[in-house]
Amino acid sequence: MNLKRVVVTGIGALTPIGNTADEFWRGLATGVSGAAPITKFDASKFKTQFACEVKNLDVEQFIDRKEARKMDPFTQYAMISVDEAMTDSGLDLEKINKARAGVIWGSGIGGLRTFQDEVTDFAKGDGVPRFNPFFIPKMIADISAGFISIKYGFRGPNFCTVSACASATNALIDAFNYIRLGKADIFISGGSEATVTEAGVGGFNAMKALSQRNDSPATASRPFDKDRDGFVLGEGAGALILEEYEHALARGAKIYAEIVGGGMSADANHITAPHPEGLGASSVMTEALSDANLSPNVIDYINVHGTSTPLGDLSEIKAIQNVFGDHAYNLNISSTKSMTGHLLGATGAIEAIACILAIQNSLVPPTINHFTDDEVIDPKLNLTFNQAQSRDINYALSNTFGFGGHNCSLIFKKYN
Amino acid sequence: MSEIAQKVKAIIVDKLGVEESEVTLEASFTNDLGADSLDTVELIMEFEKEFNISIPDDQAEQIGTVGQAVSYLEANVK
Repeated sequence: MNLKRVVVTGIGALTPIGNTADEFWRGLATGVSGAAPITKFDASKFKTQFACEVKNLDVEQFIDRKEARKMDPFTQYAMISVDEAMTDSGLDLEKINKARAGVIWGSGIGGLRTFQDEVTDFAKGDGVPRFNPFFIPKMIADISAGFISIKYGFRGPNFCTVSACASATNALIDAFNYIRLGKADIFISGGSEATVTEAGVGGFNAMKALSQRNDSPATASRPFDKDRDGFVLGEGAGALILEEYEHALARGAKIYAEIVGGGMSADANHITAPHPEGLGASSVMTEALSDANLSPNVIDYINVHGTSTPLGDLSEIKAIQNVFGDHAYNLNISSTKSMTGHLLGATGAIEAIACILAIQNSLVPPTINHFTDDEVIDPKLNLTFNQAQSRDINYALSNTFGFGGHNCSLIFKKYN
Repeated sequence: MSEIAQKVKAIIVDKLGVEESEVTLEASFTNDLGADSLDTVELIMEFEKEFNISIPDDQAEQIGTVGQAVSYLEANVK
């Protein structure tokens, strides 16, 4: 079967270190932390009192007030990042076949703020249900894909992927595959998340998943450091326009990079803990390489899942050494979560953008906040600690792993 | 304009994001003010909350214009 080629022709990012793709990249290249004390609610009684929030955002500058009111923040973030990506792509909505344009959008949780507020109101009340008619449509995780399709009139395949922290990468892989198979010409894809709420922080705290370094939020996300103590909750969105190669060429589109392979696997081991030997992480990278028909030694850069948890970081390193062998020492490896925090279901989207911009700029963004080596991590690996490193990148691989044991890898190729 | 009418108008302006001048007594929520079925349900709930009453579904279904809302509330708010 002859598969089509797929390229990225537009990007948009709304992140804790920058509200546009340009600002995001500047933050990544210079090693900025997005972590700060929580402003969205009073966190004084919480074990973790900081997060990587989106900053200085005036939603009504982007979305009509009446519309914005019907959207949970995770959808507002989606609309803002998609608006940037669509403008960036230069797509002319009058000229494209909208029946062959779709939306596949990831979110790990959906409208947590909406759910929390509505249920809290009910619980505080007299037992008479007074749920807002927009409660359900604001909350459901697929609603962003719906809103996006309505705004742009895209009538092709449309759905949401939910695989916790792998959600956005699952979305991108699906969009990639549908275009490869000739089922559509264009996808708006990516993901969004907005869980910096009492329920979000309290829930992750109960799992002991979050860093509790309240005296130093900016250094709390420290993947691969000996003293890492959990991830830092982030929020935001990333949007990518995926387009069939000939379609992009025909309209003279700016091409950022080509997507050449995707892998998916499950740990089938534990609901939240990673496989101790990184079995699922190994098989997903192997699968992505095989899908792209590439040998491991062509990969230059791996943007790891690397959330800064004690167990997760180790199992991913084991997997990389298992898959790449000696070539692991030639790789640049970095965790941009050291700067952005963990955007859960949106993380795969912003990290895909990080890979693409790393390729474009021949610069590997750093793993910041490295203070103390972890003696169980092979010191010969280049984890790009503390400073960005120049490197000509032909192939970059992005890993994302989700609670539930979901693993995704996606490979980007420099476009010449 | 009665106090009730003023409050009704303010709720509609807020929830539907329309100009005050558009909110005439004759204006239909759906045909003139851009409300969909969910917006209309939300408006009724806001009236219930603001005026501390309960509007039965069969009565709510009869309220389709600003004037109908004002009349109903003027007759039923104590």
